[in-house]
Amino acid sequence: MFAVAAIALLIAMVIVLIRVFRGETLYDRVLAVNAFGTITVLFIGVLGFLMERPDFLDIAMLYALINFVGTIAILKFFRYRAIGDIPRKDPEEEAAG
Amino acid sequence: MSGLELLVEVLSWGFILSGSAFLLIGAFGVLRFPDFWSRLHAVSVMDSAGVILLLIGMAIQAGPTLIAVKLIIIGIFLFITGPTATHAVANAAFVSGLRPKEGEGLKSIIDAPAPQPEAKKQAVEAS
Repeated sequence: MFAVAAIALLIAMVIVLIRVFRGETLYDRVLAVNAFGTITVLFIGVLGFLMERPDFLDIAMLYALINFVGTIAILKFFRYRAIGDIPRKDPEEEAAG
Repeated sequence: MSGLELLVEVLSWGFILSGSAFLLIGAFGVLRFPDFWSRLHAVSVMDSAGVILLLIGMAIQAGPTLIAVKLIIIGIFLFITGPTATHAVANAAFVSGLRPKEGEGLKSIIDAPAPQPEAKKQAVEAS
């Protein structure tokens, strides 16, 4: 049963990876990478059941956290060109520009 | 095999197989849909239906143990963060000026100007 789910998840991962490499815009790639991370979380969980070591679920939880924060960080970087504090310009200069 | 074990097996089979089917459908949608805004829908299918069904199936298989609690925690987390991340990607794409390619009823959206990012807007309102 878990072998069937693992094979289906692997096929889904390959298909989503094709979109990551082919994606027309940046946002297609970010969306596909996010979906790939979600599938990876599920795959780690299924793999834990398949190998009868359900401790893998801790790794899956950690991967879910990192995946979400990573997606938000990529989007923030490409919108503001900075990951840390966003450099604020003067309001007058901003309104003029 | 008692009746309860048979029920558990059948239920978890059903949940895991339907979750895998939803994930495959969503992945094919991500590959085949024509532009970014329609691919968002396919990713939503994976993020909600696939994840929830697969995790419920695994939790039924695990029984009332700590493993099921961990699976439920992962499920709640993915159920909150999946739509949040999708919304963030869609908002970033809209602000950057990406628009749908086709669609008769979408003229007002296609012609809409890109809104300013929040930081700029707050700076303008503060002035």
